[in-house]
Amino acid sequence: MKTLIPDFVLKAWMSLWGMLPPLMQYLVETTFWILVVMISVILTVAFTTYFERKVIGYMQGRVGPNRVGPFGLGQPFADVIKLLIKEVIVPKKSSRFLFIIAPLLTLTPALATWAVIPLSDTFVIANIDAGLLYVLSLTSVGVYGVILAGWATNSKYAFLGAMRSAAQIVAYEIAMGFALVGVLMAGGSLNLGVIIEAQAGGVSQWFILPLLPLFFVYLISGVAETNRAPFDVAEGESEIVAGFHVEYSGVAFALFFLGEYANIILISALTSIFFLGGYLSPFEGWTFLGDNNLVSFLRDPSLGWLCAKICFFIFVFFWLRATFPRYRYDQIMRLGWKVFIPVTIVWIGVEAVMAYLRVGPWSGLATASLAG
Amino acid sequence: MSKLRSYIRTFTLWELWQGLGVTFVNFFKPPVTLNYPEEKAPQSPRFRGLHALRRYPNGEERCIACKLCEAVCPALAITIESDVGEDGTRRTTRYDIDLFKCIYCGFCEEACPVDAIVETRIHEYHMEAPGENIMTKDKLLAIGDKYDAMISADKAADAKYR
Repeated sequence: MKTLIPDFVLKAWMSLWGMLPPLMQYLVETTFWILVVMISVILTVAFTTYFERKVIGYMQGRVGPNRVGPFGLGQPFADVIKLLIKEVIVPKKSSRFLFIIAPLLTLTPALATWAVIPLSDTFVIANIDAGLLYVLSLTSVGVYGVILAGWATNSKYAFLGAMRSAAQIVAYEIAMGFALVGVLMAGGSLNLGVIIEAQAGGVSQWFILPLLPLFFVYLISGVAETNRAPFDVAEGESEIVAGFHVEYSGVAFALFFLGEYANIILISALTSIFFLGGYLSPFEGWTFLGDNNLVSFLRDPSLGWLCAKICFFIFVFFWLRATFPRYRYDQIMRLGWKVFIPVTIVWIGVEAVMAYLRVGPWSGLATASLAG
Repeated sequence: MSKLRSYIRTFTLWELWQGLGVTFVNFFKPPVTLNYPEEKAPQSPRFRGLHALRRYPNGEERCIACKLCEAVCPALAITIESDVGEDGTRRTTRYDIDLFKCIYCGFCEEACPVDAIVETRIHEYHMEAPGENIMTKDKLLAIGDKYDAMISADKAADAKYR
């Protein structure tokens, strides 16, 4: 650093920085990190779309995009430029204000949730104690964008899509919340950092093992929450054209697109945090490997491990889409209300009893220590 | 007992894992698609693409305006008018094929007693203005002249099966 920047520039910068009031310093610093995280998420979204098309392509015996740039890596940027220079058409009988604001309402919560997500053992934008509640509430706000979009468009297809989406998200929100109650019991805190630290000590301590059914319920509910295949009835190309965003074009459509993929990445991040130990390494505690730099790099918690887990779950999202046909609507409702909710409630009971009796993998959970 | 089995299968997501397995195996198989402009699918010498009118090696038109192709054409795509030429032979004055009507069945080629009308391997063509879909006699002869080597080779390759 010192060789790159002359000493006096550094000193002048530091003194200028010192002159700012502490609140100002805090604001500047936080804004900087928010921008860093936001831009990374948006760039990840761009390449997630590329990744999706490649994964689904290969699963269907195709090659996917390979024309723009090396291996087609320029494809997301070509798509973005295409969408940006297109005209935004606002239907005449739509509610103009709501029509414009709806895409923002889906995107903003998906980005805002990243504030409480611990990206590594030292870095989190806002280390708040009610992180889990914040996450739950913000992911629920996302549905308003979809409902408002469908309502404001004043089109029967958009309206049907919005109603389907609303009912579906309400149903799966409950199962998701109950799955998180299990995580809360296991971690003993609403703070996401504490939840991750409770999983320290290698793969055997991760919550995926004692909470296996809750993990699957959470992951599948996450797929349903993001309106992805096989739960994409809100879009349902074959029945209701494109569902809630049927009348959106150009930038407004791009925002919906961005919101959908930001939500996928978010759900992947949350699943890895709640069940796979977030930034913790799977090789933690493997002391028999020796102690050189590479081994300790692999063993230490880092952003890389979180990214690897997120990538895995993103792959799972696309894998599901390539495999399963769309659910029928009543089947979606049956799965949400009559399968997931009972399963989660039963497993919370099982978890509590097992932790109280200190059986096997349940003995390490926070609830066990509460039992005394 | 069967009910219990079905419950176990449902809760272990057995059939879903099977489906995921199929897609996962296919993920690692090589793609079956061709990178079209660079790679092309193999073509038979009997390929039925754009039409052409051929000439004899001395430059004389093969077509004798017998109108068999016009008669056999199931899509009524061919229109022929004929007259007596300068050398006293029967010749077409007009030979139009409407490419929008043509169904590329190859009956005209089969019906032709002098191998005048043929369908070539050319299939990557397009029209840019209204009316370009009508292939006139001049256009058809020009295609025949340009791709004569290819057409003769294809005819020779197919000759032993006729």
